[in-house]
Amino acid sequence: MVMSPAFPEQGDPTIPTDQMLGLAPAEKPRSMFRRGLEVFVENKLAVVAVGVLVFYVLFCFFGPLFYHGNTTDVQMGEITLPPGAGHPLGTDKDGIDELGKMMRAGQITLEIGITSGLLASVIGMLYGAVAGYVGGWIDAVMMRAIDALMSIPIIFALIYLSATRGRTKTVFILAIALTSWFSLTRLTRGDTLTIKVRDYVAACRMMGGRNLRIIVRHILPNTIGTTIVNTSLTIANSVFALSVLSYIGLGLQAPEDDWGGMFATGSSYLDQNYWWMIYPPGISIVLIIISCNFIGDALRDAFETRLQKR
Amino acid sequence: MTAYLIRRTLQSIATLFIVSLATFGLLHLMPNGVVRGMLGQRATPQQIAYVTHKLGLDKHIWDQYWIWIKNLLHGDLGTSYIRNQSVDNLVKETLGQSAYLVGLALLLTIVLAVPIGVLQATRRNTVTDYTITTLSFIGYAVPVFFIGVILRDIFQVKLHWIPTANQIDSFSSAFGQPEQMVLPVGTLVIGLVAGYSRYMRSAMLDELTQDYVRTAIAKGATKRRVLYRHVLRNALIPMATLVGLSLPGLVGGALLVEQIFNIQGIGLLTINAAQQNDFVVVLGTTMLTALVTVLGSLVADISYAALDPRVRLT
Repeated sequence: MVMSPAFPEQGDPTIPTDQMLGLAPAEKPRSMFRRGLEVFVENKLAVVAVGVLVFYVLFCFFGPLFYHGNTTDVQMGEITLPPGAGHPLGTDKDGIDELGKMMRAGQITLEIGITSGLLASVIGMLYGAVAGYVGGWIDAVMMRAIDALMSIPIIFALIYLSATRGRTKTVFILAIALTSWFSLTRLTRGDTLTIKVRDYVAACRMMGGRNLRIIVRHILPNTIGTTIVNTSLTIANSVFALSVLSYIGLGLQAPEDDWGGMFATGSSYLDQNYWWMIYPPGISIVLIIISCNFIGDALRDAFETRLQKR
Repeated sequence: MTAYLIRRTLQSIATLFIVSLATFGLLHLMPNGVVRGMLGQRATPQQIAYVTHKLGLDKHIWDQYWIWIKNLLHGDLGTSYIRNQSVDNLVKETLGQSAYLVGLALLLTIVLAVPIGVLQATRRNTVTDYTITTLSFIGYAVPVFFIGVILRDIFQVKLHWIPTANQIDSFSSAFGQPEQMVLPVGTLVIGLVAGYSRYMRSAMLDELTQDYVRTAIAKGATKRRVLYRHVLRNALIPMATLVGLSLPGLVGGALLVEQIFNIQGIGLLTINAAQQNDFVVVLGTTMLTALVTVLGSLVADISYAALDPRVRLT
C-alpha cells in the first residue's frame, strides 16, 4: 500500500497551477534590497554622488598606473609651475608634480577615511546593541559615558590623541574611529530597545539561546540597516576629521601627506596666488564629503522608513 | 523643577568627572611616557629623571590624578614647562578673543537664521524654500577650513577689501579692529546659519500644525498675528537646546578659524601646544572647553525647561 504523501509532490495533477487557471506567472516578490535600490536610483543626486566616489577611487588607486608624475624627487628647476604641458596640475614648492601627489594623497585620505568610518560603525553598533540589550544601570552608565565623551569637542579629542600617540596611519584610523561612533550608538541602542521585547527574542531565549546568541543572531541583523545608512555619514566625518588634523599641522608624518595637508601647504601660499596647490585638494575633500552625505541621505530614504527626512 | 535642576547638575558633574578620567588617562598611558614626548628622543636619562620628578610623574598614577584634580578645583590648570608660564595665564591671554569670536558668531547666527527659517516655513515647497535648502546644504557640508580659505582668497587676496597684515593677539585688538573680525565671524556664521535655519524651519512647520493655530485663526486673528505672536514664540524655544547642542562643534570650528585668520585664541594655543608636545597646556585647554560645553548645555536645558511650561520635568 502506498502511503499518501503529507505534502503534495511537485506536478501533482490535483493542484491547479497558475497556467491551468489562465493566470500570468506570478512576479517574483521583490526583495527589500531590490526595492531600496530602486528608490536609491531614483535619487539623481545620489547616483551622481556614487559616480564621484567611483571616479575618485579609480583616480587615486588606478591613476598611478597610467600617470607617472614625479612625486619623490626635489626638482629645483621646476618649482611652483602653474598647470601646463608636462604638469597638468602644476608643481609645488619642491618641484613635485601636483597631479601625481593628488593621487598618492588621495589614497591615504580614502584609506584612512573609509577604514576609520567602518571601524567606528562596528564599535558604535556593538556598544549600542550591548547597552540597549543589557539595560538597567549598566546601560545608564554606558550612555552617560557617551554623553561625557560627546562634550569634548571632537577636534580637541583628535588633537589630543594624535599629539599623545604619534602620527602614524594606524593612530589616525584609531583616533578618528574612537571619536566618531557616538551617534550610531544612540541609534542602535534605540533600535535594540524595541527589538529585544519582540516575541522572536523571547522564543529564542525560551529555547535556551544565550544572550550572546540573541545579540549576534537577532539584534545585530535587525539594526544593520541603521548602521549601513550611518556608515556613509561616518566616512564623510572621518575624511573631514583627517583633513582638519592635517590642516592644523597635526597630520601624518612627512613625507606622507593627505589632501588636508596638501590644502594646508597650498593655502599658506595664498598671497602668492598658487591656486593650483589649494583648490584641487580642497575641492576633492569637499566633493567626497558632500557625496558621502548625499549617499547617506539617499540610503536613508531607500532603506530606513523610520528615519525618513521631512 | 528643583529636583530636575539637582539631577541635571549632578549629571553634569559626573560627565566632567568622566571627561577628566578619559583625558588624564590618555595622557598618562602614553607608550613612551609623557616626558620623552616633551623632551624629544635625544634627552639623556638624567634629564628625563629630573623632569619626571619635577612634574610629579614618579608618584603613583592615582596620586597624580588626585593632585591634578585638586589643583583643577582650585582653578590651577598647571604650568607649561615648555613656555615656562602657568596655563591659567595662557588661558587668560587667549580666552577673551575666543569668547568674542564665538559670541559674535552665535549672536549673528541667531539674528540671521530665525528670519530665514520663518521665511522658508511660510513659503514651504516654493522656489525660495528649495533655493535656501540647497544653499544651506552646501553651507553645512563644506568644511569650515575650506570656507575660511576661500573667503580669505576672495576678500583679502583678490579684492583687497580687508588688509591682511594684523595679527589679533589680545581682546582689545580683536575689539578695536572690527574689520579684522568680519571674515572669521563670517566663516563661522555660514556653517552655523545653514544648520540653525534648517532647525528653525522644521520647528516652525511643527508648530504650524498645532491646534492652537487653528483656534487663533478661528477667533479671527490675522495671519501675521498668528505667525508672530503664537507660532514664532513657540518655535523659538527649541533653539535654546540647539545652542547647547552645537557648542562643541562651535568651539571646534572656532579653533580652525583662529588658525586660518591667525587669532591668538584658545584654539590656536591648543594647536601650537600640541605641535610642541606641550601636554600640560593641551590637557588644560581640553578640560576647559569640556567644562564650557557641559555648562553650556546645562544652561540650555534649564532655560528650555524654564521657557516652556509644557515641558514636564521628572
